[in-house]
Amino acid sequence: MTAPLLQVRDLSVVFPPRRGRPPVRAVDRVSFDIEPGRTVGLVGESGSGKTTTGRAILQLQPITGGSVSLLGRELTTMSRADVRAMRRHMQFVLQNPYSSLHPRMRVADILAEPLKVHRSVAKAEIPDRVAELMRLVNMDPAVVKRYPHEFSGGQRQRIVIARALAVNPDFVVCDEPVSALDVRTQKQIVDLLHDLQTKLKLSYLFIAHDLAIVRAVAHRVAVMYGGRIVELGDADDVYENPVHPYTKNLLEAVPIPDPARQRAKLAAATPDPNFRGRDGETGKCVFGHDHSADHSPEWHEVGPNHAVSCKFWPPGVTPLRS
Amino acid sequence: MLEVRDLTAEFIREGEVLRVVQRIGFDIAAGEAVGFVGESGSGKSVTARAVMRLAPEGSSIRWGGRILFKGQDLLALSEREMTDVRGRRIAMVFQDPMASLNPVMTVGQQIDDMLMRHMSLSGAQARKRTVELLGLVGIRDPEHRADDYPHQFSGGMRQRVLIAIAVSCEPDLLIADEPTTALDVTVQAQILRLLMRLRRELGMALMLITHDFGVIAGMVERVYVMNNGEIVESGAIDTLFAAPKHPYTQALLAAVPRIGTRRSA
Repeated sequence: MTAPLLQVRDLSVVFPPRRGRPPVRAVDRVSFDIEPGRTVGLVGESGSGKTTTGRAILQLQPITGGSVSLLGRELTTMSRADVRAMRRHMQFVLQNPYSSLHPRMRVADILAEPLKVHRSVAKAEIPDRVAELMRLVNMDPAVVKRYPHEFSGGQRQRIVIARALAVNPDFVVCDEPVSALDVRTQKQIVDLLHDLQTKLKLSYLFIAHDLAIVRAVAHRVAVMYGGRIVELGDADDVYENPVHPYTKNLLEAVPIPDPARQRAKLAAATPDPNFRGRDGETGKCVFGHDHSADHSPEWHEVGPNHAVSCKFWPPGVTPLRS
Repeated sequence: MLEVRDLTAEFIREGEVLRVVQRIGFDIAAGEAVGFVGESGSGKSVTARAVMRLAPEGSSIRWGGRILFKGQDLLALSEREMTDVRGRRIAMVFQDPMASLNPVMTVGQQIDDMLMRHMSLSGAQARKRTVELLGLVGIRDPEHRADDYPHQFSGGMRQRVLIAIAVSCEPDLLIADEPTTALDVTVQAQILRLLMRLRRELGMALMLITHDFGVIAGMVERVYVMNNGEIVESGAIDTLFAAPKHPYTQALLAAVPRIGTRRSA
């Protein structure tokens, strides 16, 4: 196995108490690796902590604990200046292609800015590099004099991707990169991200609430709930043999574009499990371990490269032993 | 029950006219569930609003054609007559529940209001029915939750409240415009089940507008596919999914992400 490009260990983010409310563990001891040229999908519902995880990895969010190492270099203890220098290796593509581009900047300037900040090419070569970036995302370099509003949502997202790629990063966090787009445009952007990965050996952390999209892009999938990763494994294993009851519940809820199957799904009894039921419980976990006694992680291998948390199992639900 | 003929919708801005719905026709029978799918800008939401004669926020719109509801042309009614139809006979649920609720009124008051205005109930009768309705849409402890304000509810619960308001006067037709688009997938499943159950229990017709082929698949009997303000294809839901005829429908269905489709390499 190749050395991971990104290694995240016990990453935690706690939001301080506000207006008499207790502190929120937005990200709670999250650990995973991303190998070079691979995609990890991070799925979960709103408030699960997936976006905060992405921001914490990129050092855009103060962390409470844990470590993040990119290309073998620890980011969490670095000086601000060193983190800034590392930014040319790690970039961000955000959900909203309408608000993430400056409306009064021409595309040429939007793409030139990161090149100037990181001094990655000589000044005279900037126009060539900008044209190259436009071609990379399948856009005509002739339109770089235009402003963002002159483009469709899908074209704007291509420009956002081109800007992220300007500095030749190794790793890109894509946070809901296609959720604001129509299905046909979604597919084009997903295909583009796929091609770019092959061409440039990029690694992605692909954060999305849409489980079908994640299936199409990810090699490995992490399912988040309540700030924790509750299941992590190769995409096929997680989607075809989910073990954590929350993963099962999430997959079950995805509507299928097949009338007969979707009707049957809706007609089936509504499961409404209480995943918080066991939270804070002491004693033996669902796998029979007493983690508080032996300080072992609440994390259990269920197959090769496939593991689940024993947290957030509804009362009465136990793992099936094969 | 609903027969729409030659419907057009034109936005009027600074003397310019932009036609967003192009002479379309469709029907919805009593108790039937009918879907409208299309991408953003296809005209599906404006079509839904036409039936309520509601112009999108901050715009001026000119309707054309006929919208016959039980034989009566809604486009020929006075605004005052239309007010009696809206909410009472035809009700609508929108994508964003927070924007549709009044933030400074309790949810109970908002449902009471509808019942007193349209159903001529007394305050006490209305409150009794409000509590029943909140229970019907799956809100636990409805007596107490009726006194809460919208911000005290989660997104899914707010959508339930909105549905309670919409069905409060037992309308003949419920129009739902992207009712689950802003919700998490597990909450979406609950809301879709709720809409199915209410439709059955109250015998309402449903006009469901969505961009999501997964959502539409299980909810309706017939579907209209819209593109650029026109209906490009219509038919029974099973036939349309199994054998789409129009190239646009084929392209859309081919692009729909499927949970069973793995990464290609």
